[in-house]
Amino acid sequence: MCLALPCRVVELLPGEQATVDVDGVGRRVSLALVDEVAVGDYVIVHVGYALTRLDADEALKTLALFAELGQAAAPEPPAWSA
Amino acid sequence: MKFIDEFRDRELAYGLAAAIGRAAQPQRDYHFMEFCGGHTHAIARYGVGDLLPVNVRLIHGPGCPVCVLPIGRIDMAIRLAMDEGVILCSYGDPLRVPASGGLSLLRARAALAGGGEIRMVYCAADALRLAQENGQRQVVFFAIGFETTTPPTAVVIRQARALGLRNFSVLCCHVLTPAAIASILESPEVRQWGSVRLDGFIGPAHVSTIIGSRPYEFFAAEYRKPVVIAGFEPLDVMQAILMLIAQVNSGRAVVENEFARAVTRAGNRKAQQMVAEVFELRRSFAWRGLGELPYSALRIRREFAEYDAERRFPISYQAVPDHPACECGAVLRGARRPQDCRIFGSVCTPENPVGSCMVSSEGACAAHYSFGRFADAKVAP
Ligand code: SF4
Repeated sequence: MCLALPCRVVELLPGEQATVDVDGVGRRVSLALVDEVAVGDYVIVHVGYALTRLDADEALKTLALFAELGQAAAPEPPAWSA
Repeated sequence: MKFIDEFRDRELAYGLAAAIGRAAQPQRDYHFMEFCGGHTHAIARYGVGDLLPVNVRLIHGPGCPVCVLPIGRIDMAIRLAMDEGVILCSYGDPLRVPASGGLSLLRARAALAGGGEIRMVYCAADALRLAQENGQRQVVFFAIGFETTTPPTAVVIRQARALGLRNFSVLCCHVLTPAAIASILESPEVRQWGSVRLDGFIGPAHVSTIIGSRPYEFFAAEYRKPVVIAGFEPLDVMQAILMLIAQVNSGRAVVENEFARAVTRAGNRKAQQMVAEVFELRRSFAWRGLGELPYSALRIRREFAEYDAERRFPISYQAVPDHPACECGAVLRGARRPQDCRIFGSVCTPENPVGSCMVSSEGACAAHYSFGRFADAKVAP
């Protein structure tokens, strides 16, 4: 029920709607809950509505942090994950 | 898919697992509750629990909207279709939740004799469209969910008013996350019995995109519990666990945000405003497993009374006890694990759920049934 996906906006439509790309499939979603969305933005879509915009810079920062923390800890998979 | 696959990367997961292994001090135990069903699902599906040291335990929380829906609320929806002859529209998951008299919305649908109908919709806008297309019929949207699904319901109620629709209303069962967290922290298991130890919370992902991180600051300060808001991908959950361990180790209890790519402190103000315009607090609301919780749910404001199915139709909430064998209540409070339930996996399965935690893929019992029970089997004699 609560699952929601980040989707790329491919086209803005009248009536606060947009077409987003979900794994190569176009889907129509409502932009009624978000402001200033542009084509190319990623939005998090839940039950047909965009809940928020996804901040790509923050996403990259988070990924970089994962890599950094992992490298600092150990290069090899730990024993309990085998 | 972009912004999804990267957050499921195997190598990064091993790295984070190693970092968690280092950070977790062997002389301590760590008990963290993942509040959201979305996290429960991700943890079970990706086997995150198996990547954690034995002294780091995850406890499932009550954040699955289907699981906390009490039987009496589903009975109301069934009565609308059966007795009032409406077209009742529901999201898919609630359709299979057991109701009174051996019914569920799905079974009721098969048994409908009068003019009523029960239809599944993917979004609230579909229900509104049905009302526009069926001008002679009453259409009711069975609105359930936490703060993520509430704003879309607010949007359609406003649209219905703008369109002047006279045949559309909403059976509002929207509930509030902070109230549920408070009830866990105030529950006897946590406060007095000490049978559930909680050292921190993995905070909701998408709920927090709407309400922001601020509402959790109270829990961190008042109950001295760290909260780390996390995205729904497995690496997000692992990073949040690492951040929680660091807080516990250093004796801190603050709100941190792992899901900075989508969550801010203030949240989505536009959505909050729409919700505030259409809804107000209910004095009390019954949650499955948690009982009546004060100010824990929303109802439709008087200004929008026309669109409130509870005012338009002669239906009211009647409490109904859960199946006597079902342990959902204890599972939802983290006091028991799904596999502790006597009828887990035997009488109660996703195909034939006895309790609500077995219905949605985000329910603790369903998640454990689908992904975790084979791990149990390995250690069984
Ligand atoms: S296994 Fe079924 S009956 Fe048991 S607690 Fe879970 S949902 Fe309830």
